[in-house]
Parts: sequence; C-alpha cells; structure tokens
Amino acid sequence: MRLPILAAIMLAAMATGAFAADSDTITIGMTTSQTGPLNVDSLGLQQGANMWRDDVNAAGGIAVGDKHYQVRFVTYDDQSQGSRVQQLYTRLVVQDKAQFLFGPYSSGLTATAAVISEQYGALMLTAGGAEPKTYELGNKYLYQVITPAGGYLKGAVEALQAHNPHAKVALVYSDDPFSKAVLAATSEQAKKAGLEIVMNESYAPSTTDFGPVINKIISSGADSFMGGGHYSDGATLARQLYEQKANLKWISILVAPGDDKFATLGPAALGVTTGSQWEPSESYKPEFGPTGPEFVKRYRAKFKSDPDYHAASGYAGGLILQHAIEQAGSIDQAKVAAALDAMDVMTFFGRVKFATDPQHHGLQVAHEMVLAQWLMNDGKLTRQVVWPKDAASAALLYPIPAH
Amino acid sequence: MATQQVSTRIDALPRTILHRPFFWIIALAIAAFVVAPTIGNDVQLRESLLLAAVYIILASNLNVMIGYAGYVNFGSIVFFGLGGYLCVWLVGRPGFPLAVAALAGGVVVSALALVFGFGVLRLRGAYFALATIGVNEGVQAFVMNFSPWGGAAGMYLSTELFAPLGGPRQALWTIYYLLVAVMGLSLYLSYGIKVSKFGLGLLAIGQNEDAAAVLGVPTRLYKALAYSATAFLPAIAGGLYYFKSAFIQPSDAFDLTFSTEAIAIVMLGGQGTIAGPAIGAFFYEELRGWLLTSDTFSHFQLVVAGALLLIIVLFLPRGLIGTAHARWPDLRRIIE
Amino acid sequence: MFGIIASIIDGVLVGSVYGLAAMGLTLIWGVMDVVNLTHGSLIVAGMFALYLLTDATGLSPYAALPAIVVGGFAVGLFLYWIAVHRMIGRPPLMSLLSTFSVNLVLVGLGTAVWGTGLFNVPVSLPGLTLQRFTFPGTHILAAVLAGVLAGCLYAFLYGTRLGKAIRAVANNRGAAELVGIPTTRVLSFAFALGAALACVSGMLIATLFPFTVLSGDAYQLKSFVVIVLGGFGNPAGALFGGIALGLVEGLATPFMPVSWILVIEFGLFVAVLVARPGGVFALRRT
Repeated sequence: MRLPILAAIMLAAMATGAFAADSDTITIGMTTSQTGPLNVDSLGLQQGANMWRDDVNAAGGIAVGDKHYQVRFVTYDDQSQGSRVQQLYTRLVVQDKAQFLFGPYSSGLTATAAVISEQYGALMLTAGGAEPKTYELGNKYLYQVITPAGGYLKGAVEALQAHNPHAKVALVYSDDPFSKAVLAATSEQAKKAGLEIVMNESYAPSTTDFGPVINKIISSGADSFMGGGHYSDGATLARQLYEQKANLKWISILVAPGDDKFATLGPAALGVTTGSQWEPSESYKPEFGPTGPEFVKRYRAKFKSDPDYHAASGYAGGLILQHAIEQAGSIDQAKVAAALDAMDVMTFFGRVKFATDPQHHGLQVAHEMVLAQWLMNDGKLTRQVVWPKDAASAALLYPIPAH
Repeated sequence: MATQQVSTRIDALPRTILHRPFFWIIALAIAAFVVAPTIGNDVQLRESLLLAAVYIILASNLNVMIGYAGYVNFGSIVFFGLGGYLCVWLVGRPGFPLAVAALAGGVVVSALALVFGFGVLRLRGAYFALATIGVNEGVQAFVMNFSPWGGAAGMYLSTELFAPLGGPRQALWTIYYLLVAVMGLSLYLSYGIKVSKFGLGLLAIGQNEDAAAVLGVPTRLYKALAYSATAFLPAIAGGLYYFKSAFIQPSDAFDLTFSTEAIAIVMLGGQGTIAGPAIGAFFYEELRGWLLTSDTFSHFQLVVAGALLLIIVLFLPRGLIGTAHARWPDLRRIIE
Repeated sequence: MFGIIASIIDGVLVGSVYGLAAMGLTLIWGVMDVVNLTHGSLIVAGMFALYLLTDATGLSPYAALPAIVVGGFAVGLFLYWIAVHRMIGRPPLMSLLSTFSVNLVLVGLGTAVWGTGLFNVPVSLPGLTLQRFTFPGTHILAAVLAGVLAGCLYAFLYGTRLGKAIRAVANNRGAAELVGIPTTRVLSFAFALGAALACVSGMLIATLFPFTVLSGDAYQLKSFVVIVLGGFGNPAGALFGGIALGLVEGLATPFMPVSWILVIEFGLFVAVLVARPGGVFALRRT
C-alpha cells in the first residue's frame, strides 16, 4: 500500500527537481512568499532580484577572470511559513546545488533560513530581514544588505525633535519580531532626544479594530504617534486615527505607507511618515551598477509599476554579490566571503558595509534610511523624502493639519 | 460498521500484538524511514521525510481523540508548540541537554493536558472543538506577552548548541532519527491503545458516550487520559523540531492551520485506523511539497491542493484506508 | 473618564458587525451541523465585491448592499451543491474537511488575482463628536444596518413559512421530512442565506477598515468566539454575542496593556464554554 505511493512520489520529485548546474552558470537559490500574508513585500524583493539577474545576463554574465558566468535563479514559494522555509532552503542547497542564497522576506523567515545557511555553510545575502538578533548569534555566512531595525524610525525621532522638542509620543505597535525590535530602539532614541513617551504598548497582529486603542491614545494626551507593523494594521491605524479625529500632529507608521496603495486612504494618508530603506528620489553617485533614476526608469518599463524599497533592496542584494564575486575573482565561497567582509561601496541603494566582528558578523553598518512623508502635490498624494534634510525632495509637513 | 469494529476487537484480543502482521508492517515502515535517506546520503529526502514524520506524529496522536473517542481536537497544535517552547527554553537558558529538555517538555505538557482535559472534556461535539481552539489561541496570546520566552519575538538558539551533537550537519541526522523514533512510538502507542481495554473504552465512548458510561466505562477519566497521553509525543516532537529550527515564535508554534491540516490528514487516511493517518500524512506532505516545488503548479498550489482534497473527500469519504477496508474486507487483518 | 465610555460605545458599534458576521456561521451550524470553514473567505468575498462594485460604478457603498445579498446567496447555493450537499447526514467532520478544501481553493484564487496587498474603500460620512472623542459615521451606520439585518433575519425565521421550515429542519431533520418539508431545498436555502449574511457582514466591515485577501481568518476566529458567547445555532444570540465581544474589547482596553486583550478574550471564551455551554445569552433554541 505504502510503497507504490512512495515510489510514485519519489519519481515525480526526481522528474521535476534534479537539474545539475553546468560550469558556466552560477545558481542562486531563494524562497519568496507567493502566497500568505508576506506576498506584497516579497514580490517587490523578487522583482528587484529578477531585474538584476536579467541585467547581468544581458550584459554577458558575471566576469570572473576571463570567464563569464550566467546567473540562474531557483525560487520556491515558502507560503510565508517558517516550517516551509527550512525544507526549501535545504533543497536549494542540497538538490539544486545553489552556490549562493538570497534570504526570504521578513525577519521571522530570515531567522529560520539563516539556520540552514549556517548548517550547510552557504553564503546568504539578506535583503528582507531587518531584525538584528539573527546576526548576533555567531552566524558566519550571513550578510545583511538593508539597515537593521534600529534605523527605521531614527529619522522620525530626529525630525520630530527638530520641530517639537517637547512632543508627547504614543508608541503603539504590532506584536511581531520586526516591529518590536524597531520600537524598542525607537523608544531609546526618543528618550535620548528628550521626547516624552506617554504610551508604549503592543497589540496582537490579528487586531482588526483599533477604536478602543485610539481612544486610549487620545486619553493619554499624546500629540505624536509612532508604531504600526505591517499592511492591514498600519493602514487601519492611519484610517481610524483620521476618522476618530485624534488630531495628532505627527504620525509615523511602519511598512504600510511604503506601499503606493497607501494613497487609497485619501485624506487619512496626508502627512503620514514612514522609515524607508530607499526612495526613488534619492541620488547617490554609485561606484558601479545603475544610478537611481536609471533603475527607476527601467523598473517601470519592465514591471509597469513604481519600484518600492523592497524592489530596490532586492536589486542591490544582487549587485553586492556580483561585485564581491568580481572582486574575489572566483566563485569560491571563502574568497567571496572575504570580499564581502572587506567591502565598503556606494551603490544607487546607498552605502553598504558589513560588520566583521564575530558578535555582529554580517550586520549592515553603513546603509542609511530616509524618512518619507505622504504629501499633497498638485491635488495628488505622493510620497516624498523629507529627512535627512540633505536628501529631502520636499519640505516636511508639520504639524499634520487638523480636520 | 460500528458493532462490527467492536466485535473484531473482542475476538482479536486474546492474540498477542506480536502475532499480528500489522505490528511488523509498522516496524518495516520505520525501518524504511531510517534507511531510505542514508542511501546516497540523501539530505533532501531526509528533510522531506522529516516533515512527513512530524505530520504522522501529529495525525496519529490526534486520531486517538478523533477516530477512537470521537472528539475533534481542533487545537492539537498547542501540544506541539508548547513542547517546542519548553524544550528551546530549557536548552537555551539553563543549558539542559536536548534529550532531557525534550522529555521534560513532553512530561509538563502531558500533565497540563491532564488538568485541562478534566475541565474541557466535560464538553461534547462542537463545544469541545471550539474550546480547543480557544485553548490554543489563549496560550498563543499568553506566550506573546510572556517575556521570559521572548514574547512575540520568540527565542533563538545559537548554532553553538549543535556542538554537543557533533556539529550542525551531524545534529540534523541525530534529530531526524530521534523524530523517526518518536514517530514509531506514536504509531505503536496508537496501535497499543486500540487493541487494549482502554482503547475499547474509547471506541465505546466514540459510539455512544452515555451508553458507555452506563456499561461502566469511566468516561471522564478515559477521555482525560487519552487527551493527556496524546499530548506527550507531539510535545516531544515539537521540542525536537524547534531545536532543529533553532528559532521559535508564537505565530508559527501555535498556527491553527497546522491543526486543521492534521485533522484533514486523519480524515484523508481514514479515521480510527492506524495506517490511515500515517499514510494520509505522508501523502499530504509529499503532495504539498511536490506542488510547492513544481514549475507547473507552484503558482496555483493552494488551488490544486484544495481541489484534490475536495475530490478525495467527495468520492472517498472514508479516507484511503477506510475505503480500502470497505472494498477488500480481508485487508482489515493486515493493514489496521 | 469619558474615554472609557467612548471605548465602550465604539466597542459596541463594531461588535454588532462582528455579531452579524457570526450570524451566518451559527445559522449554518445550527441548521445542518456543518462547520463552514469557508466563512472567512465569504466575508472576504463580500469585501472585494464592495470594492469592485464601488470602483466600477462609483455608487455609494451602501447602494451595493442588495447586489451583495443576491450575489452572496448565489455563491452560497453554488458552494452548497459542490461541497456540502453530499456531506449532509455524515459526521460533521466530513463537511469540515470539504469546506476546508474549498477554502484553500478560494484563498489560492484570491491570492492569485489580487495578491495579499491592501485594499481600501473610501467612505465619507460625518461622525459624531463628543468632547475629544469621535464616533465615525461609518461605524454608527454599520451598527444600525447590522441591527436591522438581524431583525429581518429574526422576523424571517419566526414569521414566515420558510423560516419555520428552517427551524423545523434544525430541530429534527427526520421529523421535518416526515411532515412533508422538502429538507434538501430548505438546507440549501439556509446555507445560501448564511453565506449571504457572511458576505454582507464582509461588505460592512470593508466600509470600516482596510482589508486584504487574508483578512478572513481573523473574522472567522472572532465569529467562533461570538457564537460561544451568543449560544449555538441561535442567530439572534449572535448579535448579542458580538456586542458582548465588542464590549469586552472596549472595556478592557483602557485598563490594561492592549496586548493582553486577546488573552482575556480567549480565557473568557474557554471559561464561558466550560461553565455555560449554552452561551451567555442562551435563549430558547431556534
């Protein structure tokens, strides 16, 4: 009874799976969340990475000495679930013979995938996991392309302090690893900046109605808000803060306002700020790879939508790996790792450099985030960089107008 | 079918379990799990079988409540998750060896289940099913707020903890064998219960609880014992599994979809049979894994999985083994 | 001080919508012993129906209500015939499994079509402001509509022939058949009605909050809690159960860290189940 099934399934698995990498190809493995709650952000990340791959292959591949390697991706759907991630990354390493790995999206999944990178000694670049704890466990093969969690609302605290040094801040955020790590850092930064924290609470990620929570914020006497978590909760918070006329002068929300669909909230979106890994208006002078405007233009042409920071970080992850391989002049893991350790470069995505001390190995230490704000421009809501001032594309709106 | 099942039980009882072919079929299946991945050092097969083993453990234990006693435990994942938490915590903080931590997790969860069982098992049918959802969600909400266990951020294990097991790569094999052992124990436990007087009592409860009580089955005690006994091995499995993951967070550990999947597996294979949940688990996991990695289906894997399940439910309502039993009654004596 | 009262009022307003959502689930459960695991997806279907209708026609969201009732009813009939009909009279687990499978298909299709990103239906209604606290007009209107729909359902179940037939089938299917009630037709009607209720509640929720394809899970879980508080198979009780749930959320929030509310909610849920399995508002069984 059992054997025929086993045999059939194993045959099927073999027929679809086994695919030996040939010598002129570099295989990179990753999982993306095609289904489940992380699908939106993960899609951006994947499209960015795909665009990098197509660019490289169109340009003849990655140059190593006098050889040119084409890039091949193997991607699977992790269903936004931790239990799938380990199974699939093991498959990527063992069966698909991926030489390098890109991390999945979200801090939780990255932590889970990191274990496989460590267990099999496979180099992994993560562009979707901001929570720093994963890099403090002694993992030797992880490299974080994006700014860790502590940077997400640092700009918000600085900007708020500049406009109102006595702001009363309510910190209300989702009970998940990423949001908790961000807000723990934000709370420290706010205290240091002399802001008063009048409320500091987390809510269950499944919360649907924030009415009572917002009444509590109003009762706390707060005039500023920082928090949120992912999509639906962040958007619901913005909308309910507006509808319940909380009349806050400052609202910073994680992740959700980074999505262009946030504009569908209409007037509730006006003035909302968010920490962003990258915005299209940034104009760094890259040492290699496309410039910001080039990236935006070609992304639009390819995917018929504007790139968000997930897309940019996905592309940047590829660029960094390519640069490291070219510097190393080899696809040998140890040599590429050494090149990554030594790297300190400027790309369209910003500066990138990894910590090399054993306690924080692979943690991103150079990349800077910006603060973006939803502003009214010719009767249309757009997201503009407002902080730091030297990167700003528009003036910061403070306070958010009362309604 | 009901009376027939009970009567075959009764005339089967005098024969010892060792003389039944099915006892040895289970042993063969375990041996297959042990040997298959070592041929050619097939790590990929091992990973896939490991998840299958986890599903088999969950489904076999769940089957004792669903298939024998007729109680639908919707939140069975709470045992797995709590066991995982206890083990990860004991290994990480006081530095217990893995085996001790996993066992301790099993014992504690089992004891908690006994206490809870007496309360919750007063309820029947849908009420009981709902209560188990409530227990799972309540525990998850509590763990999210419980800072010694890292709250919502969960707990991480340093990879150095794999060192006592011979480094990460060797550790993965060790954990796999341990999980296969737990799987074997689960199958034998569920078999042992079925052929015992205790199992007979549970089956009677499943047929008609009031009549069973009148006939002298201590229903409350039996139900609570079954609830507690079937918490033990899943909790140990949870400990091993999350030690392997080196990371545990509440949203994964108490994910209700896992429980629902386990129920689907029991039904798929055939509730009340021993082989059913195991084959259902194996089939389900391999199917999902295959759809996930298939080029053709990966974008529609949820749709395809759902449609296939629906077809099985509609046309093989007794599950794979149940249908086979109805078709070839003699099979009952070989595959139980 | 007034903040607490404001919280309670808001909790009650939103709670009545939760109650409406649970009504469909409890109606189906009570009448045919089917735990409908497509409930969450039906709620989401209502949300997206509203989004598509308002986006395409530019009509007021509330004008979409009749269309969604009819559409939900049709979808319910379809689901009944493909997934539920063959399960009637089998152990309740079977229908659990079949609706679980259909739900996988629905979620998979939804994800393939819309992704799991954010959708929002803008509704502007003047709210009611008392001191510093505002009750959005959408919340007030949704609560009123939920109450009206619950009233209609009650009148239907107790005042019409078909409603009485549904209650008869719920009480004793065999006896109902003996006295000449066409049970199959009644069952399919009841299932479709339950589905329509789920869709309408989804539509009302979509006027309150932004949503995604996966929002259904949270509301389905809430519906289970509401059912327990309101009593099984008792659609009228579900409204009170929903209000009770909203009340608990509103009342607890000012006094404790928000993250503990779920612990309270589910603790209460299990306690109520064990102590009063009939539900807090156990009325006469419909």
